[in-house]
Amino acid sequence: MNLFCLGLSHHTADLTTREQFTGSATAESILRQTGCAEALLLTTCNRVEVYAVSQKRVSTDEIARCLMRRIDIDPHDYAPPFYRYETEKCVQHLFRVASGLDSMVVGESEILGQAKKAYESARTSGAAGPYLHRLFQRAFRVAKQVRTHTDIARGSVSVGSVAVDLAQRIFGKLSDCKVLVLGAGETSERTARALISRGVTDLRVSNRSMDRACELGQAVGGRAVPFDEWTAQCREIDILITSTASETPLLTPAKLAPMVHERLDRPLFIIDIAVPRDVDPGVNEMDGVYLYDIDSIRSVAEQSLALRRQQVAAAEAIIAEHVADFLDSISRGLNRPSQSAEHPLLGENPLRASEL
Amino acid sequence: MDRYFLIVSTICFLAAVVRTIVELRAGMFRPMRFNFFAVGLGFIFQTAFLSVRGHALGRCPLTNLFEVFVFLAWSVALMYMLVGPLYRLSLMGAFTAPLVVLLQGFALVAPIDIRRPMKVPANPWLEFHASISTVAYGAFALACIAGVMYLIQERQLKTHQLHSVFYHLPPLTDLYATITRLVWWGFALYTLGIVSGFFTGHPLPRVQVVAAIAVWLLYAAILQGRHLRWLAPRWVATLCIIGFSVALALLWGIEFTAEMSPLP
Repeated sequence: MNLFCLGLSHHTADLTTREQFTGSATAESILRQTGCAEALLLTTCNRVEVYAVSQKRVSTDEIARCLMRRIDIDPHDYAPPFYRYETEKCVQHLFRVASGLDSMVVGESEILGQAKKAYESARTSGAAGPYLHRLFQRAFRVAKQVRTHTDIARGSVSVGSVAVDLAQRIFGKLSDCKVLVLGAGETSERTARALISRGVTDLRVSNRSMDRACELGQAVGGRAVPFDEWTAQCREIDILITSTASETPLLTPAKLAPMVHERLDRPLFIIDIAVPRDVDPGVNEMDGVYLYDIDSIRSVAEQSLALRRQQVAAAEAIIAEHVADFLDSISRGLNRPSQSAEHPLLGENPLRASEL
Repeated sequence: MDRYFLIVSTICFLAAVVRTIVELRAGMFRPMRFNFFAVGLGFIFQTAFLSVRGHALGRCPLTNLFEVFVFLAWSVALMYMLVGPLYRLSLMGAFTAPLVVLLQGFALVAPIDIRRPMKVPANPWLEFHASISTVAYGAFALACIAGVMYLIQERQLKTHQLHSVFYHLPPLTDLYATITRLVWWGFALYTLGIVSGFFTGHPLPRVQVVAAIAVWLLYAAILQGRHLRWLAPRWVATLCIIGFSVALALLWGIEFTAEMSPLP
């Protein structure tokens, strides 16, 4: 049996090229057209990959032809960006992909869900058999282990997730936090939604246009507050997200000082995503106030990415162990001829034998 | 013989420290299992030491500075085990272990284990006073550790420089709640310790009384400042560190003067 993987990813092909090979094929169509024993198609916005098991060698061109959207294009034109990994390299590649090491944003977890979905689809259609079953189950285990035993998924890399992450580092549970969104911009809305998804229930929206405030309030499940009342809200709230079009800072240390004194034992987390900034940077010097503007949020995101990159070596070590162990378990499964006579299922596939 | 228990205990705590340093340097710190088991095992050997020493003395083992340091280290470990699962499973164990290693390491190395030639007769009030005061010191020590963690977390949040350790520290508000809780526990136990000191039946040296009341007043001021919102959390955390350092220095002073002029 030959196990191989063939594909295109953001490392090897641009979006235009990837588009040419996305959306037309399914795992069953690949099985039909290439004669593979098992096949699985993993398609995401960053990659198109086929994992397959075959008795005889299936060429890259054959698979490329199956994946192509337009049949009038010569697959040879697309041969260079295709990568192909056989047996050990294939196992290693899948483990890296599932663990998020091969992703555009290192350590992102979305790919694991996409791989699970691809596997489930191939399994239900009958395209994935025991070989790929074993391989993918192990890949999911490896991905989980990598995430648990390294900091590869630590930290956040988008404005919304950085804001939520920081809020959790300050307040712990967010369910008791009161949030005020000042200015009804798109990024504010996304950040507010991210906070709501982590348990925030008390959300207030204030905007120069009350209609827009009501609209956003309704959209995110919050309530609108008149714009001239937002300063007074700072006595009660825990998190302020601000993104107005004001040319001058709306919040200064002098304005905030009396309110901070009243709430000395409760931190105030301010996310200022407005350009020019809505909050005077001097506010960050006040006791219990944590101000993050767009640059500092980006800096946190970059630090998280750097931290994740530092973890790659540790993740690779875990993967290497699993690759060796997986290949070993496969070879042990292949060298058990006596067992196949005892159990009818064992004779069908050596991998199933080792699973049993 | 009993010192072997203490050496093994110190090695357990040291293992937690080494493991933490190695993992933090590799940027893949996992505070949960190892630290808890290392500290737990260290605590068991500490208890064994105190038990053996107590049986040998026929009283609570707080007869010299060596025993006071070990009892204090034991109190710190005890408070760590009791303070709650959230903190036990977080980085607090990693911060507790170095303090215990320092206390026990010093006790083992310094020539302070001076046995008294005669058995000191047991005095229940005196033993209660000494042991409850030392446990109170344990609570103050852990409040100091939580204070250090608070200041690290606060500093990283203020400067926007988040290192690997940041993601393992408990949330700021939880740390503040822990500091408050520990200071309250410590303060209540310390008050009990001071009051019980007056029932020992012995005249108390003036220096010891003044030092004990000074520590009591310091922690009372921290609690009052926190209650009336005169002190920002950052200052509460800072004062907990200063408070414990002062208390430790005074404890040394108290023990030193006690050894110079022992109670009958």
